[in-house]
Amino acid sequence: MIRINCPFCGERDHSEFTYGGDATIVYPALDASIEEWHDAVYLRENIRGMQSETWHHVSGCRMWLVIERDTMTHEIQSVRPAHDAIAKALETEQ
Amino acid sequence: MSRYSAWAVFKNGLSGQKSWERAWRDPEPKTHYDIVIVGAGLHGLATAYYLAKNHGLKNIAVVEKGWLGGGNAGRNTTIVRSNYMMPGNRQFYEHSLELWEELSHELNYNVMFSQRSHVSLLHSPAARDAAARRYNTMRLTGSDGELWSLETLKSEIPHLNYDNARFPIIGAAVQKRAGSARHDAVAWGYARAADQLGVDILQNCEVTSVTRDADKATSIETSRGTIKADKIGFAVAGNTSRLWQMAGLGRLPIETHKLQAFVSEPLKPLLDQVVVFGVGGAHFYISQSDKGGMVFGGDLDWYKSYAQRGNLPIVQDVAECATSIMPCLGRVRLLRHWSGVMDMSMDGSAFICKTPINNLYLNAGWNYGGFKASPASGWYFADLIANDRPHDTIAHMDIKRFERGVMIDERGAGPDPKLHG
Repeated sequence: MIRINCPFCGERDHSEFTYGGDATIVYPALDASIEEWHDAVYLRENIRGMQSETWHHVSGCRMWLVIERDTMTHEIQSVRPAHDAIAKALETEQ
Repeated sequence: MSRYSAWAVFKNGLSGQKSWERAWRDPEPKTHYDIVIVGAGLHGLATAYYLAKNHGLKNIAVVEKGWLGGGNAGRNTTIVRSNYMMPGNRQFYEHSLELWEELSHELNYNVMFSQRSHVSLLHSPAARDAAARRYNTMRLTGSDGELWSLETLKSEIPHLNYDNARFPIIGAAVQKRAGSARHDAVAWGYARAADQLGVDILQNCEVTSVTRDADKATSIETSRGTIKADKIGFAVAGNTSRLWQMAGLGRLPIETHKLQAFVSEPLKPLLDQVVVFGVGGAHFYISQSDKGGMVFGGDLDWYKSYAQRGNLPIVQDVAECATSIMPCLGRVRLLRHWSGVMDMSMDGSAFICKTPINNLYLNAGWNYGGFKASPASGWYFADLIANDRPHDTIAHMDIKRFERGVMIDERGAGPDPKLHG
């Protein structure tokens, strides 16, 4: 079981979360070329090692998080809210 | 090397079983091969065998970072079926099933292929309609398939949960020619047969980099030295993206996920078929091995991972599925479980294709379905490497299909690798 330290709920089992995917994917502008869209939708770095990825705390606070996790050892390096404004607000509060 | 036969068993019995030759050689790597296949899993070994057998090619090596049968060849639930419907997949998997039917004779090695029926349970009229469409498509394209009523199913498999189930069973879709095989024997059989045709199988030989000269791959660096090659084929499940990046080719439409499988303590004969249960988010498949163990599995672990070890929520999930369709398993003890790393592709289908490098070929993206596919995968991959052009049957199985917008998405799940169960 991976334990994820949710910034809102504290440390929880990963079974409370849903895995999103690669957090480094940035979708291009709507009118971007079909090649750019193809690359963003279909191609993946597929890193073995530390990767930035999205998780949804679906059975908790329902917030989307960005987690840095090692895909070989499952060690988690950092957890933060996926939305920048919320991450900043959380920092200010702390 | 001698052939296995009843006479050989008798003769070696007289000499205390001490005269058997080793099944394949353990050669030192040569500095140059005409063709090098990376990955001595079932697909890589099958490819080497068919390159030598069907195309008469010599000077072939298969390099393997671990040992034979240590990767996904030994980490699956051994199910063989061809109940695929999409054009292309249909012909490919049917050909694979035909190869399975003759495989033991072909390899002179008993792969224990048992055509014991593959039974997909149905739980709603809509599911029955969808299965009728799929299995009729199979019948119209040269395969077998039938729908069982609840009465037939009850008489064939009496101990499923027919009362009080959360999802009542209303019948089943059945492919009788489908079944299971012994996975280790498939690896050993292909290895032995390829070795007898002169293929060098190099174990403990991990590829660390790929050397390129413009649009040609010239050699691979391995833990056992540099190996030059005229043609190189990649057939490594799970680590395809890493090799692809070693060759300087960037990103692939693949994510690596892990899938667990389980075996129970041996039981007396209980289940004569492969049974599949999948409704309402559940996904579960079970059969009984010849040794008596119940062999079963479920979904992916749901997050990307290269670790060959499974997580506990899936153990629980699979155990719940097992007891919900076969309550009699409730007190059976688990013997062991294992996890393999899968190439999960963006549409749930595989790749056998040429690459941007002229003499490099790709065999990857088998998702859950690699075991059943291995004979045809090797057959068509060998054909591709030998003739340097894709056979019509696999012409659609290239990585460019996403650019063309032509996905082969059997499940209709969209471009999210973890959803292609």
